[in-house]
Amino acid sequence: MAGAGERKVLFRYQYRRSPDQDRRTCARHPVVIVGAGPVGLAAAIDLALRGAAVLLLDESDRIGAGSRGICYAKRTLEILDRLGVGEQLVARGVTWKLGKVFLGNALVYAFDLFPEGGHKMPAFINLQQYYLEQALVERASALDSIDLRWSNRVVGLDRGDDGVRLTIATPDGPYAIEADWVIAADGARSTIRDLMGLGFEGLTFEDKFLIADVRMAADFPTERRFWFDPPFHSGQSALMHRQPDNMWRIDLQLGRDADVETEQEPGRVLARLRRMLGDRELSLEWVSIYRFNCRRLARFVHGRVVFIGDSAHQVSPFGARGANSGIQDAENLAWKLSAVLAGQADIGLIETYDAERIQAADENIGHSTRSTDFIAPRSDAERRLRNAVLHLAQRAEFARRMVNSGRLSTASIYASPLSTPDEATFAGPARLGAPIPDAPVTTRDGRAGFLLERLDGAFEVLYVKDGARPNVPDGAKLTVIGEDIVDTTGACAERLDASPGATYLLRPDQHLAARFRRFDGEKVSKAVNRALGKP
Amino acid sequence: MKLITDSRFANPDAAFVALVEARRGLTVEHSADLDARLVLILANHIGDADILAEAIALAKAGSETVLADCKSCP
Repeated sequence: MAGAGERKVLFRYQYRRSPDQDRRTCARHPVVIVGAGPVGLAAAIDLALRGAAVLLLDESDRIGAGSRGICYAKRTLEILDRLGVGEQLVARGVTWKLGKVFLGNALVYAFDLFPEGGHKMPAFINLQQYYLEQALVERASALDSIDLRWSNRVVGLDRGDDGVRLTIATPDGPYAIEADWVIAADGARSTIRDLMGLGFEGLTFEDKFLIADVRMAADFPTERRFWFDPPFHSGQSALMHRQPDNMWRIDLQLGRDADVETEQEPGRVLARLRRMLGDRELSLEWVSIYRFNCRRLARFVHGRVVFIGDSAHQVSPFGARGANSGIQDAENLAWKLSAVLAGQADIGLIETYDAERIQAADENIGHSTRSTDFIAPRSDAERRLRNAVLHLAQRAEFARRMVNSGRLSTASIYASPLSTPDEATFAGPARLGAPIPDAPVTTRDGRAGFLLERLDGAFEVLYVKDGARPNVPDGAKLTVIGEDIVDTTGACAERLDASPGATYLLRPDQHLAARFRRFDGEKVSKAVNRALGKP
Repeated sequence: MKLITDSRFANPDAAFVALVEARRGLTVEHSADLDARLVLILANHIGDADILAEAIALAKAGSETVLADCKSCP
């Protein structure tokens, strides 16, 4: 998103001079991450937990107001939980799963994003991005292997065959470092992308949208509410989301001809909000005007420079696919890069980050483009057909399925060479290449918990007890269902189609890499190698 | 080709009249809205993306000919 708008400072951090600035020769770091937003922080924490030393640079020294990314999806929360901040974010956020779509004042349809129980993480939470960033900064600061440097702005980049030299501007002047790997997590207006002269492929939409954080005491229900052509904002669309602290996020479509400067005048914004929210006590905390992009880099991996998050791809906000996909990028890259750094995998494994996350980006861009086209039709002819869907939706189920106010973020199912094709058939919701579904389990000592909590980031062999414990390949961890954990509710059996002896190989990012009806050490070993990109 | 273009109505004249009568008295605008809804309803009834694509191609090919014909109109 390309936006403007002033942001007040909520959290400020301290620039500190680093020893690298006083060295005679350039310091060399295995991994340098540029950008300490949610995506860069998640990558840094994930890499650090996997044993890598990480230098994390941010050009700023603060976290500003403005909710920005507010909807965090179940899969992202599962990742954040593994990184150690999931529970606190869920406790702080607003949990929701219901959505309602209105045409004018009439309810067109309502949806429940996640009717199934027995998962640790909810379908979605709403939480201002600054709280997520603050929690991640705190977590990163507690890890010794992360060196987080504020007010360190990359101004120069030279690529070599096996590394990158970065020039960094600081309040004390510039210095240079070398890196084996650079991860560009520096957002939509990425400096690294500019320094490398890389451009995007895709679309920019003409319609402008006003996005505001409004603080008010209100008893609107905790659900996503979307209006087409509401009486308070005729001919356009509106979106409303509850956040913690009596904060409400409002998105109002303004059309193509809206003027970015005048639309941000507080008096004008407040008048628009009053028409929507009525005559109540409210304060405007943040406002910005956006045009949306649906586009990506042609490649995310450029030698030793890897792009993650908004620096690599951008989507419109309908569907909450920006921050969520960025954190999923971070997770995908972190285990692969740490395996390469540790000498467990060849550099070719990084290419599979490019393939898998471009697949995900294209899914996200496709959904986001279709949603934006539905919400902001490009011509009168397209609008007529869109309106026909909305009118029919009140009477016909097929049309309700066509109403598109955003298809909300779900995890990608990678069609990946890292997966070992199924030999046997498996029923149930688990999919090869997708994250394994969570399920309630109890531990051997009778404590209740969840399956995903038991996976600590290694390759994991999940085996359904059928006699003795099998021997798993080096580097993989074994968890026996029926011994280490107990499937008390039968959810594992149902969701994994688990029968005695069934064996599941999970990648370090919890995606299912292989499954077998019976344990076979040789097959499991082959599947591990394959998942590490080895021939 | 999955799209059936052979005549299927027992009484084609009556079917055409039904579509004509549906828009009788409507403005061009309202008639276009009606058509948009009809397209969606019938497309869903068919429920086959290949047939839909073939129908779109046939309709577009038709409109090119009509436009070409109109240009040569006096």
